[in-house]
Amino acid sequence: MSEHTPTQLPITPELQSLAARLLKLDDLLISCMRCGFCLATCPVYGATMKEADATRGKIALLEYLSHHMTNDAEAVYDKLGRCLLCGSCQTTCPSGVRIMDIFLHARGIVRDYLGLSSTEKFIFRGLLARPGLFNALLGISAKFQGLFVKEADAALGTSKAPMFSSFIGERHFPRLASEPFHSKTPSLDEAAGSSGLRVAFFPGCVTDKIFPSVADATLKILRKHGVGVFLPDNLACCGIPALSGGDISACQTMIRHNLNLLRPGKFDYLITPCATCASTIKEYWPKVSEGFAPADQELIRSLHDKTTDITAFLTDVLKVSLPVREGGGKRVTYHDSCHLRKSLGVFSQPRAILKSLPGFEYVEMAEADRCCGSGGSFTLKHYDLSKNIGQRKRDNIAAVKPDTVAAACPACMMQLMDMLSQNGDAMKVRHVAEMYAETL
Amino acid sequence: MPINPALAKEFENVVGKEQVFTEEADLQSYSYDAAVLAPVRPAIVAAPTTQEQLCKTVRLAYENGLPITVRGSGTNLSGSTIPQGNGIVILTNRVNKILEINEEDLYAVVEPGVITAQFAAAVAAKGLFYPPDPGSQSVSTLGGNIAHNAGGLRGLKYGVTKDYVMGMEVVDYRGELIKTGSRTVKYVTGYNMAALMAASEGTLGVFSNIVVKLVPPPKASKALLAEFDDVNKASETVAGIIASHVVPCTLEFLDNNCIRYVEADTKAGLPVDAAALLLIEVDGGHTQLVEEDADKVMGVCRKCGSTNIRVAQNAEEKFKIWEARRNALPALARAKPTTVLEDATVPRSQVPAMVAAVNAIAKKYNLEVGTFGHAGDGNLHPTILCDRRDKEEFARVEAAVDEIFDVALSLKGTLSGEHGIGKAKAKWMEKETNRATIEFNKNLRLALDPKMLFNAGNKFV
Repeated sequence: MSEHTPTQLPITPELQSLAARLLKLDDLLISCMRCGFCLATCPVYGATMKEADATRGKIALLEYLSHHMTNDAEAVYDKLGRCLLCGSCQTTCPSGVRIMDIFLHARGIVRDYLGLSSTEKFIFRGLLARPGLFNALLGISAKFQGLFVKEADAALGTSKAPMFSSFIGERHFPRLASEPFHSKTPSLDEAAGSSGLRVAFFPGCVTDKIFPSVADATLKILRKHGVGVFLPDNLACCGIPALSGGDISACQTMIRHNLNLLRPGKFDYLITPCATCASTIKEYWPKVSEGFAPADQELIRSLHDKTTDITAFLTDVLKVSLPVREGGGKRVTYHDSCHLRKSLGVFSQPRAILKSLPGFEYVEMAEADRCCGSGGSFTLKHYDLSKNIGQRKRDNIAAVKPDTVAAACPACMMQLMDMLSQNGDAMKVRHVAEMYAETL
Repeated sequence: MPINPALAKEFENVVGKEQVFTEEADLQSYSYDAAVLAPVRPAIVAAPTTQEQLCKTVRLAYENGLPITVRGSGTNLSGSTIPQGNGIVILTNRVNKILEINEEDLYAVVEPGVITAQFAAAVAAKGLFYPPDPGSQSVSTLGGNIAHNAGGLRGLKYGVTKDYVMGMEVVDYRGELIKTGSRTVKYVTGYNMAALMAASEGTLGVFSNIVVKLVPPPKASKALLAEFDDVNKASETVAGIIASHVVPCTLEFLDNNCIRYVEADTKAGLPVDAAALLLIEVDGGHTQLVEEDADKVMGVCRKCGSTNIRVAQNAEEKFKIWEARRNALPALARAKPTTVLEDATVPRSQVPAMVAAVNAIAKKYNLEVGTFGHAGDGNLHPTILCDRRDKEEFARVEAAVDEIFDVALSLKGTLSGEHGIGKAKAKWMEKETNRATIEFNKNLRLALDPKMLFNAGNKFV
């Protein structure tokens, strides 16, 4: 790999140190054999057909950056950001490259070199790591949003805000809840119920502030099935926005904050209705726990084993009987959240729940496991691309003519609502837990 | 070498500003393909989206003397899409429409950037069959398949990509569209240039619209797995099956090393002491015929000394039987960082000699190797596992690959069954043929490419 066109940029000591830090990923990077199988499933590549948008391109660029075969760190970081972290590539990679590990660490290393923008610093360090301030700020926004937004699609319950298009684009979004979940239910500390189980409940930011009804539904399910709930007050974000933004240290602050709150509560499982929170706690917390106190590392390891999403908890742990209902009804289809299906391997569970619901007929859409294009902060930074990817999802949904689109991830739900609303589709987007809770 | 900005602007005028890449990071991402070779950054990349843009892009590049590398998805294993430093990469992956699937006359017309598996699925949705199934089909383009005459698992019965090309339009060095072939079964009105284009590796022109043949799909199939304690017995079985006038649609081989790697990776319960496995599938138009063929195959396996035979009784078991073959490349690829996947091909009867030679060479150079492949085609994939960062080891790998080629040629075989020559094996071409052949092919090339700009440095050099 040595006979390579030299790059234009001078190699500064800072670049040398960047390359040296990236070289620590060399053992991971080298396992990519450039077969290109990731191109087949990458949603971003599917939309742009640009090699640098696919995993193979990004891994090659990181390898070149670490070997001074290119020195344009900013461009490489820009390419790294054009990734939903959906993990689709990892499911088709024959060499088993640990792609998510590479991307999360590389984002951190290159971000360190380039420095965080002031907005990112404010969001990751000032806001997300301080749940009190974050809640207060969004609480005020919720009260005043009525002044700026107007209805976009009544069936979906979406709004738009033309005054702020420069900031939020032409997005159609669900409004901030007038009463977030944490205001109604700041904390819980119940004994194990008839099931003999006690769980920690991690609602997640989007559930708390946009879809409190999903948190209520989850609590209803747990109580109906005799599960005691432990909910510490003042939980912070799970950390994924900071982690994907390359601010590993802010992510670690959030993890430590949450660990301290979770530590005292003895519980059998940690339950969340958010696919992204579940996969972050289960898969990513252990990956960024280097340097943590042994007790914290131990807790992270036990959370890895205990964390699960509400649909898998219902079927796999509570073993709720879910007979398939025949007889038709309103049409419901299901969108696989990447963080549930590709990270946690949960896909049959939510379907089993939906197929058991009285009054519904389950229909499978094409490419149900293809990413919706949300990617959390991805949609904020690359709205056009996100919309392009989302349109394919919308078209697959529309083709099966459902009355309701179910998902088990609040971030996906927001994206689906936006895409359907933009297309003027009169259908509902609901969390599987909400639909199941209604039958109880 | 940076491109002249005025020329870059001209390309933008042809294909649109968004479809021309000159930034460092973008150029770097077109510097490699799946071959284990040094990357070379091109000067510019252009991505036409229509046939007209494709023609104009070729003309502009040729007039300005830019070495031209055409790239579909960049999955080839021979380095044939690694560009020249002062050259242009012309992407065909956005010229990707299926223009027609003709169910009456059993052909389809496609643009070169259509993805193989997506095309096969679209054809299957109409109740028809496009058999070529290269390993990279989920991402490879049909244009790239033709440029490398891609094979796959179904070669023995159904043939390879070239057997499905009925005609095409080729963009020549002037940017003009040349027509060859036809939508008819019979065609004798011109040189058979469509056949010439198969395996031309981007050296003769740029493919545009392609007419491919379709066939009715088999209505029934049956898969079985046979274990052997001796590679020779497996090879005799292959010969015996053909001699019994059964042509399986797939007849795959795994050697002992490969079986061990797969078992270590998957814990699927494979017989790690077996010298070889044959995975055999027969298909046809009628269940009874297929059953009879499967019985014949089993008879041959027993007669040749197979120690154990497993027959799939349903779709699930069939999926399970094929698991070992599906996992062959992943298991080998996961064992070590670098996977050097070769495809030297020998006459079917020479498979045991080839496997023995590969293992002897690996031992001589102290390298890890696993061999799997298409036994019915004599097309083996000796796969050397190494770490390209270890220069001393990689020198041994290169020496071993050279010897593997020597053996393949001495067994009256060929350098490459389906991966192509590209940059990786160009220096070997004269050894397989002779000087006169190289000169002849270069003259042919010069007639179609007077400035030698189409994929210079590949195939015949």
